[in-house]
Amino acid sequence: MTDNSTPRFSIMVQTALGPFSLQASLEVGAEPLALVGPNGSGKTSLLLSVLGLLPPQHGRIVLSDEVLFDAALAIDRPTEERHLAYLPQDFGLFPHLSAIDNVAFALACRSERVSTNQRRDQAMTWLERFGIAKLAERKPLHLSGGERQRVALARALASSPKALLLDEPTASLDVEARVEVRAFLAESIRSLGLPTILVTHDVVDVEVLASRIAVLERGQLVACGSLGDIRQNPPTSFASKMFDSSRVSGAIANSPRNEDVRHN
Amino acid sequence: MSHLLLTRAGSRRLYGAVMVGLGGFLLLFLVLPFVALVLDGGPEAIWRGLGCSLTWPALRLSLGTTMISVVLVIVGGTPLAWWLARSRWRSARWLEILLQLPVVIPPAVGGIALLLAFGRRGLFGGALERLGWTPAFSVVAVIMAQVFVSAPFYLQAAVQAFGRLDPNLLAVARSLGASPPRLFFRVALPLARPWLIGGAAMSWARALGEFGATLMFAGNMTGKTQTLPLAIYTALELDIHTAQALSLLLVVFAFALLLFLRRFNRGVELTRQPATP
Repeated sequence: MTDNSTPRFSIMVQTALGPFSLQASLEVGAEPLALVGPNGSGKTSLLLSVLGLLPPQHGRIVLSDEVLFDAALAIDRPTEERHLAYLPQDFGLFPHLSAIDNVAFALACRSERVSTNQRRDQAMTWLERFGIAKLAERKPLHLSGGERQRVALARALASSPKALLLDEPTASLDVEARVEVRAFLAESIRSLGLPTILVTHDVVDVEVLASRIAVLERGQLVACGSLGDIRQNPPTSFASKMFDSSRVSGAIANSPRNEDVRHN
Repeated sequence: MSHLLLTRAGSRRLYGAVMVGLGGFLLLFLVLPFVALVLDGGPEAIWRGLGCSLTWPALRLSLGTTMISVVLVIVGGTPLAWWLARSRWRSARWLEILLQLPVVIPPAVGGIALLLAFGRRGLFGGALERLGWTPAFSVVAVIMAQVFVSAPFYLQAAVQAFGRLDPNLLAVARSLGASPPRLFFRVALPLARPWLIGGAAMSWARALGEFGATLMFAGNMTGKTQTLPLAIYTALELDIHTAQALSLLLVVFAFALLLFLRRFNRGVELTRQPATP
């Protein structure tokens, strides 16, 4: 998807967040990174900083060779020029637009001079690729959770992003949809090879979707490593509770189809 | 035990009587004037009232000026509300309160303020006159008075509508590469539209009923600055049934507006996205 064969996302931010300050330094390559931590630990603020919606006081954010933010050099690229695909918890589909028009919106943002018909053809190609061409004219209201997520992902990729930011991608779904969505996301993330940051509270999300884990606590990045590392050496009581192996196996037992997902 | 039940039933009956009595009293008070407005004098007197020479010039002026006012309010109010709703600037909150002032001050005060600002001897009147323009006591003054008193109704609705937009949707639109104009015209405006239309309708109703500021700033000249509410005031001195007929005209417009809003709001409920999938 990107010109650069080894995309690299390097994030270093420091900013005051009311009760504490957010301070984090992360390197994200082709291996998806899960950002975990208790509520209010600064996960969403970190995501918003990367997106350019919450400018940090200090730091530097570089995506491949492009400087998105540099406090010292007074560089702050606006969100619309950062080429980051952002998927919020509820997928953020525009409720007034049909599935195909949601995708066409992204295409229109990136190529002004293409005719509407051409754009719709391209949007249809994206929907076909995600197996939802028959839902093209439906509004988000009439799509299931899993279908919405496919449209949102098709739309995000149509904007030719250079990195993927997912905020609790399975939290708003029921158990059935969660399994389907997770499998689809895992496959997509792997095939795209884009730097991916995933904020989640769900340990199965971490297992299935991410290769590395960063643990945030009161704005500080307290650990970063593989699931095995974190599980063996939990840096905080939150991490030890979240990755407690007995609880993990329980979670997986509760969603049997997950086993298939992980071994696919 | 039975004694207790009886007391409970009794107190429930008393409660019912008090609630119905108080509510019914206000209901009657609110409805009876409308009954009188429709029934008093009979249809013939009303018909004769409608034929009065004041009626058609006032109706034409009222409809024409309020249409222009509401367009001006929408054209200026929409960008202002978008900015107010998105501004993180603390003064924007104060500005919002200031802009609501015309809702709570007596319209006559608004008229005096307009006169002091744009009147011939007003603060900016001299400058305007040198440009060859004296708005006071003209049709333009009628429109200015209407915009002044009615804009806050639209602004309030629009600021709320834009403020209620899901910040995630706006964030997603920007992350997809939407420029500020695209964000505004393709995302914010269509999503806020139902509330903007509601606000515009309330603003129009307020402009149509405008009396005090118009009287002070534009005067009460038949065929020139005399809108329907001013014509009612003038007609009252000639014949109450003429005033009644003109009032009924305004009631019909107001009622049509309420019906439109109700139907429209029902449509909105059907197309709105639920909070969770």
